[in-house]
Amino acid sequence: MTDKGIIISRLLEGFALNVQLFALTLLFSLPLGLLIAFGTMSRLKPLSWMTAGLVWVIRGTPLMLQVLVIYFAPGLLGWGPLWGSGSGARFTAATAAFVLNYACYFSEIYRGGIQGIPKGQTEAGQVLGMTRSQIFLKVTLLQVIKRILPAMGNEVMTLVKDTSLARIISIKEIIMMAQEYTSKGLIWPLFSTGVFFLVFIGALTLLFGWLEKRLDYFRA
Amino acid sequence: MAILDVEGFSKSFAGIQVLRDISFSLDEGRALAIIGSSGSGKTTLLRCLNFLERPDSGIMRLRGQVLFDAQDASMQSEQEIRKRRLNFGMVFQSFNLFPQYTALENVTLASELLAKERERKLSPASRRAIAERGRELLDRMGLAQKAENYPHQLSGGQQQRVAIARALMLNPTVLCFDEPTSALDPELTGEVLRVIRGLAEQNTTMIIVTHEMAFARDVADRVLFMDEGMIVEEGPPQQVILSPREERTKQFLARFSGDR
Ligand SMILES: Nc1ncnc2c1ncn2[C@@H]1O[C@H](COP(=O)(O)OP(=O)(O)OP(=O)(O)O)[C@@H](O)[C@H]1O
Ligand SMILES: [Mg+2]
Repeated sequence: MTDKGIIISRLLEGFALNVQLFALTLLFSLPLGLLIAFGTMSRLKPLSWMTAGLVWVIRGTPLMLQVLVIYFAPGLLGWGPLWGSGSGARFTAATAAFVLNYACYFSEIYRGGIQGIPKGQTEAGQVLGMTRSQIFLKVTLLQVIKRILPAMGNEVMTLVKDTSLARIISIKEIIMMAQEYTSKGLIWPLFSTGVFFLVFIGALTLLFGWLEKRLDYFRA
Repeated sequence: MAILDVEGFSKSFAGIQVLRDISFSLDEGRALAIIGSSGSGKTTLLRCLNFLERPDSGIMRLRGQVLFDAQDASMQSEQEIRKRRLNFGMVFQSFNLFPQYTALENVTLASELLAKERERKLSPASRRAIAERGRELLDRMGLAQKAENYPHQLSGGQQQRVAIARALMLNPTVLCFDEPTSALDPELTGEVLRVIRGLAEQNTTMIIVTHEMAFARDVADRVLFMDEGMIVEEGPPQQVILSPREERTKQFLARFSGDR
């Protein structure tokens, strides 16, 4: 294989980690964010205060700091190797930090979306004898999704770019890979990482555009 | 015998009393109009009947059976309320149609969910029966052509008629209307009032909060005038609207003098 071929395959290797971190983060943070949103909106004051406090702390501190703390804290506090060891451990810790961080951001988007639905929708469901969960699933949810789609799109695209932060605990994501070549006098690998991100984000832009179009058939 | 008996309903919000010892009854097949100035508690009363608000005190009976008793804690559970509130239908001032469903789906959604609970899985036969009844009701509302339209494709008057069909779908014992034409452009009120008039002619038991005095006079069997959370005057429309006895009723009606 040519040098160029080797470099590109190394970059791809790195980007696979970015994509994995991206996918796992979404998989867990989308539902977790909903739980946190319900927590913040709960009528149980202690619960809503606790979750609101969590959201405030997570949104008020850098993601990079959270990755570091979540990776190092268990060991330093003597909880043992919570994340295991080696590169797998680092990846797990980074995923945990990302999930927590994005769940908190998503929860605020969800909350805004849910609270933005007119109360009359819920009440119409109630007087028709629907249960709370029926009202949420059959009446509110799709309206919320439609409302929050643009904000979610922004957040998801930020996540793509944020995955590079995982390098702070030596996860060999794409930019870290490319940087190894700058010390060898090669700059093009670093530039080309940008292309990977652009293509991925381009695909997501199309996906969100398509989703928004799918929900165009009604007004909420 | 009265089908609905309300006895001593009171309700406060944050220390401000909005309903004061409200009692009235309604006979089967009759229409009761509730009139009164803004803030007099009309909406709150309807919301209490539909279990959207909980009165602080009072009892409500349906066909002599206690449906709600503010003293009885066992009636506060979500499950209980769900069963009981189906005795009432509610048509809101602002329609509150579900935007992501067609007119027909708006009408049939609740029935389908209830049937699903009974049968576990909805059989094609019951689904068809429900859809058929939904179409029939839309047809009665003059909306046969609009069954597949989404709410945003309908005028306000059409939306409100869909909302009426939606409420009728569950065969409520008492159908409540909260100012059903107040959110409509004047030229659209007629079509909605006509539909309600039609229901009255078919002896639907109804409670109608309205500012349309001429309509109340023509359609209602009884009229109830509320002020500051109290019932000030009650009687047949000829009496309450055309020759009120109470000073407050007279003052209120003076504002509608052109309309009677
Ligand atoms: N959820 C609530 N919290 C606090 N106050 C309320 C609430 N709902 C109603 N009120 C108050 O109760 C009073 C009666 O309100 P209600 O909506 O029942 O009046 P209404 O007769 O329907 O008036 P309108 O003709 O304007 O619709 C008003 O002063 C209103 O501000
Ligand atoms: Mg009102």
